[in-house]
Amino acid sequence: MKTINKWTYVLCLASVFGMSGALAQSDPIRIGLPVPLTGPYGAEAKDQVRNAEIAVKEFNEAGGLEGRMAELLVRDDKLNPGEAATRALDLIEKDHANFIVGGLSASTQLSTNNITKQRKVIYISISQSDAINEAADMSRYTFHEALNPHMTTQALGRHLFKEGMRIAFLTADYAYGHEMARGFTTVAEEVGAKIVGEVRHPLGTSDYSVFLPRLAALKPDILVFNNFGRDNQISIQQAGQFGLKANTKFVTPVLLYTARQAAGDKVYEGVTGATSYYWELQNQYDTAKALNERYKKEYGSYPSDYGALAYGAVKSLLMAVKQAGTTDTEKVVDALASLKYDTYKGPEYYRGCDHQAVQSVLIIESKTAPADNPDDVFKIVKEVAPTEDILRSCEKLGFK
Amino acid sequence: MDGFMLQLLGLQLFTGVALGAIYVLMAVGLSLIFGMLTVVNFAHGAFFMVGAYVGYLLYQYVPNFWICLVAVPVLTGLIGIVVERYLVRPLYGRGIDYPLLLTFGLGYVMVEVIRIIFGKQGLPVSTPDALQGAVDVFVGPFPLYRLFVIGVAVVVLLILWLFIERTSFGLIIRAGARDPMIVRVLGVDISRVWLVVFAIGTGIAGLAGYLSAPMQGIAPEMGTNVLIVAFVVTVVGGMGSLTGAIVAGLLIGIVESLAAFMYPEASKVSMFIIMALVLLVRPMGLFGRAGLMS
Repeated sequence: MKTINKWTYVLCLASVFGMSGALAQSDPIRIGLPVPLTGPYGAEAKDQVRNAEIAVKEFNEAGGLEGRMAELLVRDDKLNPGEAATRALDLIEKDHANFIVGGLSASTQLSTNNITKQRKVIYISISQSDAINEAADMSRYTFHEALNPHMTTQALGRHLFKEGMRIAFLTADYAYGHEMARGFTTVAEEVGAKIVGEVRHPLGTSDYSVFLPRLAALKPDILVFNNFGRDNQISIQQAGQFGLKANTKFVTPVLLYTARQAAGDKVYEGVTGATSYYWELQNQYDTAKALNERYKKEYGSYPSDYGALAYGAVKSLLMAVKQAGTTDTEKVVDALASLKYDTYKGPEYYRGCDHQAVQSVLIIESKTAPADNPDDVFKIVKEVAPTEDILRSCEKLGFK
Repeated sequence: MDGFMLQLLGLQLFTGVALGAIYVLMAVGLSLIFGMLTVVNFAHGAFFMVGAYVGYLLYQYVPNFWICLVAVPVLTGLIGIVVERYLVRPLYGRGIDYPLLLTFGLGYVMVEVIRIIFGKQGLPVSTPDALQGAVDVFVGPFPLYRLFVIGVAVVVLLILWLFIERTSFGLIIRAGARDPMIVRVLGVDISRVWLVVFAIGTGIAGLAGYLSAPMQGIAPEMGTNVLIVAFVVTVVGGMGSLTGAIVAGLLIGIVESLAAFMYPEASKVSMFIIMALVLLVRPMGLFGRAGLMS
């Protein structure tokens, strides 16, 4: 009796092990996507999910990694750094995510990065941040697919600022706003323009009226809105309602497709800004055309700038997985770091020291959409080709 | 201080008054319901938000700003009636925390329902054509629409004051706030009075939401800030005092604006500093009467 029991036990154990082995074989490649679906950046976050889903679908349709499919785990970080850290931890520990892509604010991406760094999990950030490039925050597992404030402001400032111009800032009081303001200040000093004042507002402000008389009184040639999402939309709308547009040019570092679409022609009329992507790039790049067509088929419109970043990040990540032939983190890191890719906007690569995606910056201007194409909302004024010139040097970032 | 600075100060002051008027409109419904029913309506911000969405939805079918302006407070008030009759009424006489907890949860439910129907991200609302543009208000340009909102706030407060102070129904409301037992003994159906007050309070909240939409768009979370402002105004002015709400709303708007003029970083915090100071010196608020909470 005793021996039979023992043998049954061994048999059971063996079958369980065998099964879990078989399960591991067909285990999907899990990509965690924490984005702020709730809150002022909700529209952008939602489009990131849509685009990431397309990248995953394309990977799976092409057969996955020798039959192993990819799977997207979408989480809502509510634009809160604490929540973002918890979501990242849950994704890694409970959901066994292989990789994490996401984060839609400078502060949430830094807290996510803290977790992924500790756990040695690859994290590709898809929103603007300068800090994430710096030696103190960056790690072997950290990649940054989005533009960063320094390159955005360099490209935009060199194009717009002229000697002797008066420039004022309305800045969201957190990392994103501060980094943009710092970047613009650097360029202004280089070209000899003058920063005449800055007003800071809390993230998620809904009434800007009290800040506007002061800004108008500075009589700036250019008023820069260093804020994002709904804050950007509401502040530009209210500044327009207060008549500031008459004598001042409105500039915003990241001129969002989603915000422009939501606000309509009038609010953003004449506003200039930078972006990582605009659908018209399809006239130049086949990859842009392919993404646009796929997106149109799935959702009936065009992918947004921040949305396309999620596509680009997941796409390049899965490219690296395929190239490495495994989901082993260390091997995928090496593959990603050496990748020269064109996923949706022309050639890109991750710079060696800080894993910043070196890529083109578009300077765009909002225009009234023609009646036959309501999505034709921007004019591409200039395409600044991919160059490390507009990045801070590796030494400056603290890398030896 | 030269003329230019004076002019800027003037415009800043004016902006503060305008903001204060909007704050009063946001807060008065909360104050009214608390003063008459001693119900702390934590769903106030949600009613504000629902008003904005009701307006947005109605505008799809009746694209006329003015018709919606009248219809929105009525429709939001109707929602308020349902809430009072079937949710709040069973809790009267059970202590102040029961309706507080109920409305707190109800606020969450309303926000989630709106998210399910309209989506999580915000929607834009454009200013009606007749009210677009800026006009010169002696100290500088000011958006016409904001002037219009101030006008609406004044009209609403005037009607409310006349209704409460000058009509026999208002007399019953005031009597009910003082001593509901005696009013009941005198043969007045007090529950009907409370129903009306709740409807008016939520209706004004809805109207404020509708009027805010062209200034900031609409989003499911738009009521969160408003609830905070409304509470600060009500606490500073004194729980349940109409005059208090008006004075406190204007005071907070003006201080916020002047703070933005001198030290912008402090502007959004200034209202809490006022609240702390008032609570230290006059715990019942500027115009409040003691004992309402007990």
